[in-house]
Amino acid sequence: MIALWIVLGVLALVALSTAVATSTRRRRSPGPPAAPAAPAAVATRRSTAVPPNAAPLAPEPEPEPGPGSEGTGAAPALRDRLGRTRGLFAPLRALGARGELAAAIDAAEEALLRADVGVETTTDLVASLRQRPERGADGVLSVLSGQLVEIFSENPDRSLRVDREPGVVDVWLFVGVNGVGKTTTIGKLALARRDEGDSVLLAAGDTFRAAAADQLALWAERAGAELIRGAEGSDPSSVVFDAVQRAKARGNHLVLADTAGRLHTKVNLVEELRKIRRVADREPGRVTEVLLVLDATTGQNALAQAREFTEAVGVTGVVLTKLDGTAKGGVVIPIERQLHLPVKLVGVGEGPADLVAFEPAAFVDALVGV
Amino acid sequence: MFDALSERLERVAGRLRSRGRISPADLDEALAEIRTALLEADVELGVARHFVEAVRARCSGVVLSKSLSPGQQVVKAVHEQLVEALGGEALRLTYASRPPTVVLLAGLQGAGKTTVAAKLARWWKAQGRNPLLVGADLQRPAAVEQLRVLGASAQVSVFSEPGDPVATAVAGVAEARRLGRDVCIIDTAGRLSIDEALMDEVRRISKRTEPHYTFLVIDAMTGQDAVATARAFHETLALDGVILSKLDSDARGGAALSVKEVVGRPIVFASTGERLADLDLFHPDRMADRILGMGDVLTLIEQAERTMDQEVVARSADRMLSGRFGLDDFLEQLHQVQKMGSLGGILRLMPGMNKELRQAADQIDDSQVSRIEAIVRSMTPAERADPVIIDGSRRVRIARGSGTSAQEVNQLLKQFKEMQKMMRSVGSGAMPAMGGGGRLGRLAAAREMAKSGGAEETLAGMMAGNGPPRPPAPTGQPAGAKGRRNAKKKGGRVTPPKGR
Repeated sequence: MIALWIVLGVLALVALSTAVATSTRRRRSPGPPAAPAAPAAVATRRSTAVPPNAAPLAPEPEPEPGPGSEGTGAAPALRDRLGRTRGLFAPLRALGARGELAAAIDAAEEALLRADVGVETTTDLVASLRQRPERGADGVLSVLSGQLVEIFSENPDRSLRVDREPGVVDVWLFVGVNGVGKTTTIGKLALARRDEGDSVLLAAGDTFRAAAADQLALWAERAGAELIRGAEGSDPSSVVFDAVQRAKARGNHLVLADTAGRLHTKVNLVEELRKIRRVADREPGRVTEVLLVLDATTGQNALAQAREFTEAVGVTGVVLTKLDGTAKGGVVIPIERQLHLPVKLVGVGEGPADLVAFEPAAFVDALVGV
Repeated sequence: MFDALSERLERVAGRLRSRGRISPADLDEALAEIRTALLEADVELGVARHFVEAVRARCSGVVLSKSLSPGQQVVKAVHEQLVEALGGEALRLTYASRPPTVVLLAGLQGAGKTTVAAKLARWWKAQGRNPLLVGADLQRPAAVEQLRVLGASAQVSVFSEPGDPVATAVAGVAEARRLGRDVCIIDTAGRLSIDEALMDEVRRISKRTEPHYTFLVIDAMTGQDAVATARAFHETLALDGVILSKLDSDARGGAALSVKEVVGRPIVFASTGERLADLDLFHPDRMADRILGMGDVLTLIEQAERTMDQEVVARSADRMLSGRFGLDDFLEQLHQVQKMGSLGGILRLMPGMNKELRQAADQIDDSQVSRIEAIVRSMTPAERADPVIIDGSRRVRIARGSGTSAQEVNQLLKQFKEMQKMMRSVGSGAMPAMGGGGRLGRLAAAREMAKSGGAEETLAGMMAGNGPPRPPAPTGQPAGAKGRRNAKKKGGRVTPPKGR
């Protein structure tokens, strides 16, 4: 409220100055009346924190390879798709082969920075590389990839939790900033879960972006799943609430809930998200996953996103999308390391099958190209 | 966005500023800090290196100036380098002699092309042009539908037909010509720079429609990959410029710095909010000011001029200065300011905004304004003209009428009284005993000048907190860096200069 008053003070001055400016200058052609305002987001009141999820001890429907294991199932796809990132570490390998250790470590630093790993994590990794000068053709490289795999191994549980408990509707909430691919991820996941034998219902919780629900409707059709949607600009919480009620009535045990993209800095929109989560957690609903969707092209801001969304709605895992491009997605390394948020799914293409389980070993291998 | 970068640079600058002499070691330290800050801001590694070296060259080559301390010289060098790296001068948009002027938008998935397309259409409409939107994104489900909805709220018609994106784009341009539209904005599907088939498709769209402007839409939150993406699109399409989207995030926007450096094309527009009005020409020089914590007053004034109803503003400004400012005027003015965009966004443009205030700005919910409006509207005309007459029972009535509480009514009245007091003191030329009051004095002086004419430049300078007037189109020399020091913004002031 105070901030509002500051603005009101400010506006007085702006108005004043405009008046002064225009009375001196002969009136320029004034622009046409201002923009039609987009529907304002629903402000919600601050709530008590939502209790965090109980420890996920659920059946693990996704193939869950341990670190270092050769991937199975979708693994070749991931490895293959990530192949393009290899180039970064190529100079390192050449230098390592020639035994130029210092130069190789410098090259490692550069490659890590270019992969969006971030200054802090890179500095730490490089410092410990310097402490362990292991010679040999791929010495630096293998030590480095060992370190990276270790970071990922600290968050071993990458499963997606579905309880399939009678009378309870599990809700997976998808959150993230604008344009990261939340709706597409849900669409793909709806197909995948159907194939896993889950009975899925979709909630078009993005009531803000024009035609977002239409986009999801097309995916719902492909997956043969029911979609609950509200009017554009309506309260997303009510859409999610309706979806849970409907799921219970129909006997669906999993609701995938889309939300509108929102910057983590917009307090009122984050507040709205809290409300959605709260409502989704209300009986018979139970939020078992809050998945933060991150765009692999995003730089260090992804850390801020992860931190803010986790604080607001208790993110349980990360979906890293658009990894089939030239972006390395290295920012998940500091996210895993500092925030202990596991990456659970990876998007490597536009096709329905291009959403695969995350495998640390494959990711690291592809990143450093061991 | 650029917040942390400016904070870090300020910290470095603060250290340097406090020293009389700068040693090579100091400079190295400062440059290392700048490099780290740039990397954390997602500036591409090579670009960051180049930037740092350029700053070094600027600092070492120059004879120490007498009027500036060594620290000030580093800051000046950083500022100049920022202006250069951000694109030098702004691109001047011209229009085709044979309309329509065709604008092609391309970019990765989720960069914000569709939203930007609609915002551009609205922007051109505000410029008095008559645009047509062409939806050639036939890839993403419901993308055209999204464009139609956005087009409708921008009151710009949308053309699209199912089938082939290339054919749709070509038909769209023909349609624009047939309808006599002078700007034709083509929205294309998001594509990865390594997807050869799709890159070829956009190349064909470009070939067939011969766009006058091809813009790459890039997310301000992009990391190191911004360079690879920009380069690939540039090679395919010969970009004319870049549009930076989602600049209202807290991303440092290092991508902005990288992209110009790599493709050598300026950032033309920046999108700074979710509303259609939240798009503006990108001004590298202003952005450099903003990075260094100068605020972006020129943009603010321009916005004000464009959107406010001049007569209404002039009337209420007059009343304001003469001390007859009632709640009705207040409400009217509130509406005028709301037209400019979200209140938080406006506040961010103000100079002297520190971190706390920026956070406060983020928390501003435009719906709070409707509560205030409700309260004022629940008052009788007499009460609005002279709120002093509001007693206990009137207060209860107003609270009930507006669905608020007596406390809220009270708060409004209290704040309004403060505002009135401030305005009266401005109007009478008496300076309130607050820090930086001199600026208000100049404001009153500007009003006097306004009567005799020619006050605009004084005004811009004054609002920027500058002693000397600032030229409307700043050149390479950062008037800002100097003015900022004069304005003593670092004195731990908690409110912005205008907030009292």
